[in-house]
Amino acid sequence: MKIGVITYPGTLDDRDAQRAIRLAGGTPVPLWHADDDLKKVDAVVLPGGFSYGDYLRCGAIAAQAPATKEVIKLAAQGLPVLGICNGFQILVESHLLPGGLIRNEKQHFVCRDQKLRVENNNTAWTSLFEENEEILIPLKNGEGGYIATDETLKMLEAENRIAFRYLDTNPNGSMNDIAGLTNERGNVVGLMPHPEHAVEPGFGPDTDIAMRSGIDGLRFFQSVLKMAVNS
Amino acid sequence: MPKIIVEIMPKQDLLDPQGKAVANALQRSGNKEISAVRIGKRIELHFDRPITDQDMENASAQASSFLSNDVIEDVVAITKED
Amino acid sequence: MFKNKKLAASGVDTTEHAVAEPDRDQPWKELGLKQDEYLEIKNILGRRPTSSELAMYSVMWSEHCSYKSSKIYLRQFGEKVTDDMKEHLMVGMGENAGVVDIGEGLAVTFKVESHNHPSYIEPFQGAATGVGGIVRDILSMGARPIAVMDQLRFGAPENPDTARVVHGVVDGISFYGNCLGLPNIGGETVFDAVYQGNPLVNALSIGAMKHEDLQLAKASNPGDLVILFGARTGADGIGGVSVLASETFESTGPTKRPAVQVGDPFAEKVLIECCLELFHAGVVAGIQDLGGAGISCATSELASNGGKGMKVQLQNVLLRDESLTPEEILMSESQERMCAVVPKKQLKAFEKIVEKWEVEYSVLGEVIDEDRLYINWGHEEIVNVPPRTVAHDGPVYDRPVALPKYQKALNKDSSSSLKRVENATELAAQLMQLIATPNQADKSWITAQYDKYVMGNTALSMPDDSGMVRVSEETGLGVALATDANGKYAYLNPYEGARLALAEAYRNVAVTGAVPRAVTNCLNFGSPENPEVMWQFKEATAGLADACLELGIPVTGGNVSFYNQSGDVAIYPTPVVGVLGVIDDVARRIPSGWQDDGNNIYLLGQTFDELDGSAWAKDLHDHLGGQPPKVDLEKEKELAQLLHGASIQGLIESAHDISEGGLGIAVVEAALRFNVGARIWLGEMLERDAIDMTAALFSESQSRVIVTVGREDDVKFQALCEARGVPCLRIGVTDATSNMVEIKDVADLKLDDIRSGWTKTLPELFG
Repeated sequence: MKIGVITYPGTLDDRDAQRAIRLAGGTPVPLWHADDDLKKVDAVVLPGGFSYGDYLRCGAIAAQAPATKEVIKLAAQGLPVLGICNGFQILVESHLLPGGLIRNEKQHFVCRDQKLRVENNNTAWTSLFEENEEILIPLKNGEGGYIATDETLKMLEAENRIAFRYLDTNPNGSMNDIAGLTNERGNVVGLMPHPEHAVEPGFGPDTDIAMRSGIDGLRFFQSVLKMAVNS
Repeated sequence: MPKIIVEIMPKQDLLDPQGKAVANALQRSGNKEISAVRIGKRIELHFDRPITDQDMENASAQASSFLSNDVIEDVVAITKED
Repeated sequence: MFKNKKLAASGVDTTEHAVAEPDRDQPWKELGLKQDEYLEIKNILGRRPTSSELAMYSVMWSEHCSYKSSKIYLRQFGEKVTDDMKEHLMVGMGENAGVVDIGEGLAVTFKVESHNHPSYIEPFQGAATGVGGIVRDILSMGARPIAVMDQLRFGAPENPDTARVVHGVVDGISFYGNCLGLPNIGGETVFDAVYQGNPLVNALSIGAMKHEDLQLAKASNPGDLVILFGARTGADGIGGVSVLASETFESTGPTKRPAVQVGDPFAEKVLIECCLELFHAGVVAGIQDLGGAGISCATSELASNGGKGMKVQLQNVLLRDESLTPEEILMSESQERMCAVVPKKQLKAFEKIVEKWEVEYSVLGEVIDEDRLYINWGHEEIVNVPPRTVAHDGPVYDRPVALPKYQKALNKDSSSSLKRVENATELAAQLMQLIATPNQADKSWITAQYDKYVMGNTALSMPDDSGMVRVSEETGLGVALATDANGKYAYLNPYEGARLALAEAYRNVAVTGAVPRAVTNCLNFGSPENPEVMWQFKEATAGLADACLELGIPVTGGNVSFYNQSGDVAIYPTPVVGVLGVIDDVARRIPSGWQDDGNNIYLLGQTFDELDGSAWAKDLHDHLGGQPPKVDLEKEKELAQLLHGASIQGLIESAHDISEGGLGIAVVEAALRFNVGARIWLGEMLERDAIDMTAALFSESQSRVIVTVGREDDVKFQALCEARGVPCLRIGVTDATSNMVEIKDVADLKLDDIRSGWTKTLPELFG
């Protein structure tokens, strides 16, 4: 199972995403932003970072890249796409997911281990989670506040398109504590926290069991691999 | 130098945390008469030759599709300057 | 071909003019040169310098670039070295950064640098560009930067100007480091009024590479092209180096506003990826990053290091401000620029890679077979100098040295004059008070603004005693890094203070299970024109060099920052020492706090009544006097070897070194780490070491560590300590259910209360 990871100028967590895919049992395929050839991958990850230095708006310039345009096309045909942090911003700028992401309420970059609730486990990337399962995923950003019109929020809630919600603390002022969304079909998922940083024992968030033992993020990548096997 | 100026502001009904932070700072330093601040962008598109109507149309299209995000921003003005 | 019309009637000062107009008045003084230095330049050239040459010499001979006041002392780091110490050293001092072999064909490069003065003037950009600069140094060795750390020293916490500096500096480091995608794995933050007008911002970076990836900053093949690439050159930091770092501030506030550099981390991230691709493609024969003194430095150093010369067309430099004069271009400190030496036949391959990353570049010239650096502005020659005289053979000073007039009285004024509390309630109150002081309090307000996860290799980070990163994903091979300094100790005794800094960093590496291997340093001092400061510097460098020799680990590189003073008041001599250690598998790493219930807590080492220069004395009693704690480096070595041996056998669950604040603070920190309480008894310790409870809790005696050991490993562990002659005393047991730290005969402290005091200090001060 091949999963593509797109690198834009300024992308930072691409190698982490590749590692996560490998640990989940898949084959990571590095993809270049300027190239619209997605090398027949079974799924695509848009990783975290500061593509184009967050110029104009976060993810705005990356949304125009040839590789992104190709992802938009294939997403409409059901290709599983995961947007992490800056990747989520790119998905929102590409209109694959609704709403907008703006500067954190507290105006500071924050890096913390964040509790989330998985509210939609019917997506390509969350099928291995229980409904309403609580997971611990590292969060690190300065522009992660989710905003949308009342209309959009009502629709998202009604259609169960909120994939993840912040628990305990809302770290960035996101409306309705929204941490991540999915599209209607469930193949496109975007979230601010970083599952690729919670995949390897010894390097994830601290848990009650042991220091740095949290690996809740691994199931994101295992879910999509399971889906690819089944399809 | 001929240019087209595109002015973009965050949508009225959406939160502008940057504007809020600046308003708070102004109030703290004694400017209590300022009730709110909203911060937008001014983008200049420079040309090497006089600007045509087609240029204005193109700029308008770029303004709404790329230079601004119509979910969270409004293009409030597009003007040309010689 | 002329690049712009200005060149045709440029009015630039050429070498021809210099000969024809020998008596022109030149602003050597305004540029920071001394008269004898100006005369020496004339002597070297056999004529007056052109204004471009004057600009070059003024920046390159400034204190920051030439190390003229410190060179004679820094030599010790290269001289007091045995062959054993050099065993793992691939590149020593003198290059952009030292390089150390860590095994498996892998190497690590690391260095710490200062960016103090810019951080007072413009805290955000000063700190941001400090990070940018050190990362480029690491990159230029051929390594992929893999982590950063920072050592920050601010003024008095309640002084409003401190908040200005703190916010700017932390934002700046966060902004730049996070955008580069480098995990921040540790550092230190210290508050003391002595740094009010002179905050210290030291930045460290580590890079990893295969042995064969090593790059050096030299141009040794005539015909190779010299290519400047990265950001365009602008007016940033013009004269920053020579003007700022060689000047102290007036007490009324910052005055030198314009000369600050502005950083763009996105540009640097792209540059990092571009450079690594260039290196791996083998198209580059030499590489130099542009830091202080910009193009002046890059050209002269590349030529001088290669033993050859260079011919440069300065008008080829890509500018972001077309109004810059040649002198300004030569002095510009615009960030995110690199200079590569590229064999002609590799030019196409070079261009392909930089174009892929959309990085701008221009060919400035080529390497020539002559010991000369020629720089032209169009058809006019504006620089014609022997490169060595610019880059390496700058002035060397042997400045006057004098014992400070206050030293004797200071050393006599021991903390033993301070009244000690005896009853339990008051002792407990002091401990609670101390843990909540800004220097001991929780630093999460700062560290939560840094990314510690990116790259997925961070095994240990704050608040553990060292930062640790995995270098090899296959085997788990990794490195640990700790940086330490204690300005108070160094003020009391600079020689001992430097030794103590090394001992602490060494110990902080050892407690994680890693083996110390190499040293870097950032020496922050007042004005070298002050003989008392010069004495401090002489003592500290000797102390550090002697201590490195004793511990058997070499200094691989570092940085000197002078002129950290406002008017007559210098900062405490603050030698920051960084120790790098190697661990064969990061899975073996030892955290600084205990996680399990019912483990025995052991105190390793002996405690003496040593409160001079302690946090107890300074932060609770505003007292600084006497002599700092003694350090026995043989004991430190034994302790480190014990910790290593015990960790290899998996006997140790946690290990925390005892340093500022003493045992009381160390115990509380270890409990707070994973929120697991403990029951502590110190009666045996009081008896064995013949000390009172104040000393037991707050003494800062060296070579001490608290460790926890699982019940099943008790016997083995104690036997190990006995065999190695390391004093080992059981002082308590962990308790995961009580939520308390119970210190017998002192107090039962609720963890929640301690945590509350500990966590609210910085947010209350800085929001």
